[in-house]
Amino acid sequence: MKKLARHRLFWPIVALLTLIVVNTIVRPSFISITVKDGQLYGVLIDILRTSAPLMLVALGMTIVIATRGIDLSVGAIMAVSGAVALTIIDASGDPESIATVFVAVIAALCVSLVLGAWNGFLVSVVGIQPIIATLVLMLAGRGVALLITDGFITTVNSAPYSFIATGYLLFLPVAFLIWVAATAVVSLIERRTALGVLTEAVGINPEASRLAGVRARGIIFGAYVTSGLLAGIAGVLYSSNIRAADANASGQFIELYAILAVVLGGTSLMGGKFTIAGTVVGVLIIQTLDKTILFLGVPPAQSPVFFAIVVIVVVIMQSPRLHRWIRGAASSRSRRDSDTTITKEVASR
Amino acid sequence: MSTDTAVSPVVSAESVAPVVEMTGITIRFPGVLALDHVDFALYAGEVHALIGENGAGKSTLIKALTGVYPIDAGTITVGGSGRVFDGTAAAQSAGISTVYQEINLCANLSVGENVMLGHEPRRGGGIDWKATHREAATHLESLGQRIDTRSTLASHSIAIQQLVAIARAMVLDAKVLILDEPTSSLDRDEVERLFRVVRELRSHGVAILFVSHFLDQIYEISDRVTVLRNGALVGEYLIEDLPRAQLVTKMIGRELDELTALSSVSSRAIDRQKAPVLRATGVGRRGQLEPADVSVYEGEVLGIAGLLGSGRTELVRLLYGADRADSGHIELDGAAVRLRSPRQAIEHRIAFSSENRRAEGIIADLTVAENIVLGVQAKRGALRRLRRTEQDALVAEYIEALGVRPANPHMLAGNLSGGNQQKVLLGRWLAMAPELIILDEPTRGIDVGAKADIQRKVAELSENGLSVIFISSELEEVLRIAQRVVVMRDRRTIGELASQYLGIDDLIDYIANKGEGSAA
Repeated sequence: MKKLARHRLFWPIVALLTLIVVNTIVRPSFISITVKDGQLYGVLIDILRTSAPLMLVALGMTIVIATRGIDLSVGAIMAVSGAVALTIIDASGDPESIATVFVAVIAALCVSLVLGAWNGFLVSVVGIQPIIATLVLMLAGRGVALLITDGFITTVNSAPYSFIATGYLLFLPVAFLIWVAATAVVSLIERRTALGVLTEAVGINPEASRLAGVRARGIIFGAYVTSGLLAGIAGVLYSSNIRAADANASGQFIELYAILAVVLGGTSLMGGKFTIAGTVVGVLIIQTLDKTILFLGVPPAQSPVFFAIVVIVVVIMQSPRLHRWIRGAASSRSRRDSDTTITKEVASR
Repeated sequence: MSTDTAVSPVVSAESVAPVVEMTGITIRFPGVLALDHVDFALYAGEVHALIGENGAGKSTLIKALTGVYPIDAGTITVGGSGRVFDGTAAAQSAGISTVYQEINLCANLSVGENVMLGHEPRRGGGIDWKATHREAATHLESLGQRIDTRSTLASHSIAIQQLVAIARAMVLDAKVLILDEPTSSLDRDEVERLFRVVRELRSHGVAILFVSHFLDQIYEISDRVTVLRNGALVGEYLIEDLPRAQLVTKMIGRELDELTALSSVSSRAIDRQKAPVLRATGVGRRGQLEPADVSVYEGEVLGIAGLLGSGRTELVRLLYGADRADSGHIELDGAAVRLRSPRQAIEHRIAFSSENRRAEGIIADLTVAENIVLGVQAKRGALRRLRRTEQDALVAEYIEALGVRPANPHMLAGNLSGGNQQKVLLGRWLAMAPELIILDEPTRGIDVGAKADIQRKVAELSENGLSVIFISSELEEVLRIAQRVVVMRDRRTIGELASQYLGIDDLIDYIANKGEGSAA
């Protein structure tokens, strides 16, 4: 039990389960899952589906944060990606053609890749601080998206495009399958190759890594490219869901939620050690909380405060200092029982 | 507690109760027993040295006393009553002040503010700055220091900063002063000045706990020593009852002929007919190093001697491509190469272990195993990951060969002692099978045992054909294992000597006086 409690994912998972339990107590239908027309339905399934954009963005953010960086431009990249895809579909004569949609998605992802590479270039080659380097695109990106859509909110009716965010495959939402696949691919690349450990080395001690011959520049560049690509997929999902390219609303504040998810999952903003599983749990906490607000009927005016309070509680639950303090209090009680010998629990490290 | 009794230390102190008494102190870290039932007593008016190898438990014991680490078992008595501190602040208010090698003061505040912080005289709701600086100056003068108390702390040398820290301890009315490796970055005069202050404080009844790796200094200043080894107490001795050789034997737990057995190394013959493994001609960098010529032959250990700041580190960083040279050229095995980055040097099988272990060597949050394979893995590239079994074999080989303790590959490297971190780094470089390894101060700040291990390893490797460039501030060490010594001063090379018949005094004289006035 003690060992379990020390696992780095213990507290995030406790927080997630608590949210689910509270909702279920209030209304048991929260956890009910039904099958209709070969598709699974339920609040939990909905959470898994709507998690997709944040999950993809947070996944990239995890890798960038591991290198001691940060990527503020993800929301703007989402907007550009959606704008590119929808403009291509809109301009084509046949929005229902799968080939058109395929071309549009590939083009959107290529543009996202280029934007990610631009961030990576600024950070790893030019040497600009990540927060400043990505701020450039964060501010300029939405302008680029507006330029692409000529200042309008482009809307399309394309069944194949809508399928990406709202379709079902093998009982499950396609959007969910996409983020599971992306998470699996990134995890495999990071942990099956040595990329993960080299990324951590660069994040923990860049100079020592350089002297040890690690290609720090390439690794940092790659992290931003990955983040850009994943944000591009998120942008496709977002615009597919609303069938529109809204340059201003697409991915608004998502960079901040992604950072929050990474931190809730237990990856330090100082860089170095990262956990993709933690980020997945972090995103699910945020999405479940989002649903909880709807489900409990918290009035819209109060929902940001409610959100903030829960987040603060979750963050405090994870604080090592609090754990030490609680353990200290528990052991001082036992100290009073045994009279002369002073015993104290070793602090967590 | 009476502080006016003891002037002649030790003897009269014996009759009174100790200021600090620690009994049966045990501290466990995950997977390590850091302290195992250690007893320690400190009396008023004595200088008590705490010594042991790296990883023996000196720092841990100090941190147990000051409450940085909670103890698992044992009792701590300060001034006669049982105490457990929950941090340095609590320890400080109980009269225990600590002066570390890295100064824990506010570098951006003035000297006076640092001395008086939290105890500033007040006048009408605000701080009376005039009185603050006056009092600070008085305290510093009582330590024989006249410094402008309005200058910022950072503008002074480490030595002065330490004295400021001691002055601060006096403001706090410290009964116990802990000096943790205070002398490792001081020069001879500064050490002398520090010791004058320490003797002065001792005569006023302050109990002083002194930690150092320098045996000379321990014999010069201490009254009593406590020796630790592997987290256990070896014993407590009066310094005059313990000859040096015995002290070292107690520290490392084995006889000391290992270091002397190496003396044959420096006279080993080197074949200089073949092209050198590395020949640098006129390599320099503006503002850092004047163009220098260096060559190393197969199986040779080339020492670089010179004072701190003489350009030793700058030279080898250029040879490794860590910094880019703006003049000169380098030949490896007779072929001209360009070394513009560490990666290029690594491609040419050159390895470089930086003098700055913590900032440029160890990756603290990765495990010992990950640190050892890092170089090999980086060379292979991220996509060609070493297989688990290969990694395990490599790591086990170097932990065994270099004697890393504890021999736990899954421990975080940052939790190892300095000497063991150095061994891990040596393992990282050797695992890459270099032809030339550059070791910049590989034995600095580590204990006799680890030092002997590293020197022996270097000697053994060079006998098997590895070329080594060896930098050390300890000239004896350089003379012991290098066949040739390049001497540097003021950012240039001033000469090259064969070390076989060279005495240490000759070398010191050469460093200090050679070519004085006539530029080489």
